[in-house]
Amino acid sequence: MKMKKFKNLSGNLITYAMVVVAFLLCELALSGMIDGFKMSRSLKGQLVPICVYIVMAVSLNLTVGISGELSLGHAGFMSLGAFSGILFSQWLLSAFPQTDLALVRLVGALITGGIVAAIAGVLIGIPVLRLRGDYLAIVTLAFGEIIRNLLNCVYFSLEGASVHFSFLDPNLPGTVVINGPMGAIGVKKLASFEAGFLLVLFTLVVVLNLINSRSGRAIMAIRDNRIAAESVGIHVTKYRMLAFVISAALAGMAGALYGLNYSTVQAAKFKFDTSILVLVFVVLGGIGNIRGSIIAATVLTVLPEMLRDFGTYRMLIYAIVLIVVMLATNSPMLRSTLDGLAGKLKNAKEGDKA
Amino acid sequence: MTQKFKREPVKMVPAPSHGILPERDALSRPVLETRNLGIDFGGLHAVEDFNLIIGKTEIAGLIGPNGAGKTTVFNLLTKVYQPTIGTILVNGRDTAGMNTVQANKLGIARTFQNIRLFGNMSVEDNVRIGLHNQIGYSTAAGIFRLPSFFRGEREQHERALELLSLFDMQDLADHQADSLPYGAQRKLEIVRALATNPSLLLLDEPAAGMNPHETEELMENIARIRDKFKIAILLIEHDMNLVMGICEGICVLNYGRIIAKGTASEIQQNPTVIEAYLGKRKEGQA
Repeated sequence: MKMKKFKNLSGNLITYAMVVVAFLLCELALSGMIDGFKMSRSLKGQLVPICVYIVMAVSLNLTVGISGELSLGHAGFMSLGAFSGILFSQWLLSAFPQTDLALVRLVGALITGGIVAAIAGVLIGIPVLRLRGDYLAIVTLAFGEIIRNLLNCVYFSLEGASVHFSFLDPNLPGTVVINGPMGAIGVKKLASFEAGFLLVLFTLVVVLNLINSRSGRAIMAIRDNRIAAESVGIHVTKYRMLAFVISAALAGMAGALYGLNYSTVQAAKFKFDTSILVLVFVVLGGIGNIRGSIIAATVLTVLPEMLRDFGTYRMLIYAIVLIVVMLATNSPMLRSTLDGLAGKLKNAKEGDKA
Repeated sequence: MTQKFKREPVKMVPAPSHGILPERDALSRPVLETRNLGIDFGGLHAVEDFNLIIGKTEIAGLIGPNGAGKTTVFNLLTKVYQPTIGTILVNGRDTAGMNTVQANKLGIARTFQNIRLFGNMSVEDNVRIGLHNQIGYSTAAGIFRLPSFFRGEREQHERALELLSLFDMQDLADHQADSLPYGAQRKLEIVRALATNPSLLLLDEPAAGMNPHETEELMENIARIRDKFKIAILLIEHDMNLVMGICEGICVLNYGRIIAKGTASEIQQNPTVIEAYLGKRKEGQA
C-alpha cells in the first residue's frame, strides 16, 4: 500500500478549513445574516463549551491516540486551569481596577491556566508514566479525583494586589474569589466564541505540528514499539512526558476559558464524568484521529440540547445514539449489513423507476 | 556438509584481527570488549564467562544451537538486560549502569530477530526515527515551525533517502513499512539501525526468511556497509553459508558459554563445535 505524499499535509489543511468554515457559518448565523436560520438561545450558550470540549478532546487525543496512554484524569487538568485562570484574571482586575484590560486578562488567564496545568502534568507524570495500560488509567483517574478534592478545600481572596490563600479555613480578608466547595464566585465573564475559536486553532496548530515533527515521530515510535524506539536512542520517558504535559497544558487552557464563561464555577463540575465524556469524544471520533475528535466533541455537546424535546428520555436517547454510532463505525458486521441494506434500497428505487 | 561451506568468499578489506577474535594487540583499538560477561535468570546461567573482542571494521559472527544464549548476548550488549557480572567496553568506555538509549548513543545499534519496525509509518519515517539523535531540532521549533524545523526536516529527508539507496529502497520511501515484503523489512531495519550512526552494528538473524538469492545480496550488502561506514558488525545467523562466507571471526556459543572462537575454517574443524551441532558419536561406533 503506497502512502500518498503530503497526505498528512492536505489532511491537516482540511481540518483547519473545516474549523474555519464552521466558525464563519456560526458567526453568520449569530449576526442573523442567514435567512430562516436563527440560533436558539441554548445553542448560543453552547458555543464556548463546544470550543472548550474540542480543545479538551484534541488534547486528550494527544495522550490517548498519539502517545497511546489511556488517561482518565483529564478533567483534573481542566479544573486546575479553570481555577488558576480565574484567579489570575480576578487578581489583575483587583490590582489594576482603573484600567480596562479585558483582553490581557483573558490571554493571561489562558496562559496561567496552561502553565499551572503543565506543572501539574509534570508532577503527576513523574509517578504515572512509570506505569502502562490499565494501571496508568487507574492512577490518572485517582489524580483527577485528588485534584478535584483539593480544589474543594482551597480558599483564595484578593485585597488590592495581594493574594490571600488558606487551606480549609474560609476566614480570609478581602474579597473571596475561590471559596472552597462553593468554587469560584463573582467571576467576570470574559470568554467569547471568538476567543474559543482562536484557542481551538491554537490547539490544532500545536497538536498537528507536533505530530508532524521530529518529536511527534518519536512519540508515535514509542507508542508503536517501545523496544525498537529505545534501540535507536529515543528517550522514552522524555517523550511520553512531553506528550502528557502538552496535553495537560492545553486542557488547562481549555479549563481557563471554560471558567471565564460562567460567573460561578465549582470544582464539582470537573468530576470523573467529565474526563469520561472527553474520552468518549476521543473514542467516538477515532483514537488518533484529530478531525474525528473535533466532530465528535461538537456533535455530542450539541446533541443533548437538540434532544430537549424528549424530556426525561433525553439521556436514554443520547446513550442509544452513542451505541449506534459506535457500532456503525466500528463493527464490521453491522457495517456490511447496513451497506447491503443501502444497496437493496437503491436497487428497489431503480426498479421503481424502470 | 563440508561441501556447503565451500563457496566464493566475498571480497573484502582484511580486518585488524585477521580473522581471529581473541587476544589481539592493543593497538587495534577494539570497538567492543567484554570481560567475564554473565547473566543469571533466577539461578540459570543464561550467559557465563563471555569474553569477546571485536576490532574496528571487523565482521564477526555469533553462532550456536537454539537456546544457546545468542540473543541474550545482544540484549546484554544493548543494555536491555543488565549483566549480573562482568564488564562491557564500547570504544574503551565502560557501559555499566547505562540504559539502551545511552548504549545506542555510545555507538551500538541493532536489529531484531522478530522484526520490530514502526509498522504503520512510512518507510522514510522509520529511517527518520533512526536519525532522531543525528539530525535534530527542538520540539518548540517543530511546533512553531521555526526555520530550524525546515532545515532539519530537509536534512533528515535527504539523509534518509541516501541511506535507503544503500539497499535500493529509495523508491519505497512513501510505502507503509508493514506493507513491505519480509526481506525488505529486514533491510529497512538495518537501514534504521545504520541511521543512528553506530560504530558497532548488531544483526540478529538478518537472513531469516530470505531466499538464497536475497541472502547472497545481503552478504554483499553487509560487506559494503562495513567498507562504506567503517563500522564493525556482529551478526547472529543460522545460515552457515552467510556466516562462513562473510565473517572474519566466529564465536560459537552453547549453553551460554563460548565453546570455540576462530576463523571459519578453524570453526568447521573444531570437534567441540561439531559435537554441539551434530551430537556426540556413540562409543565404539567410530
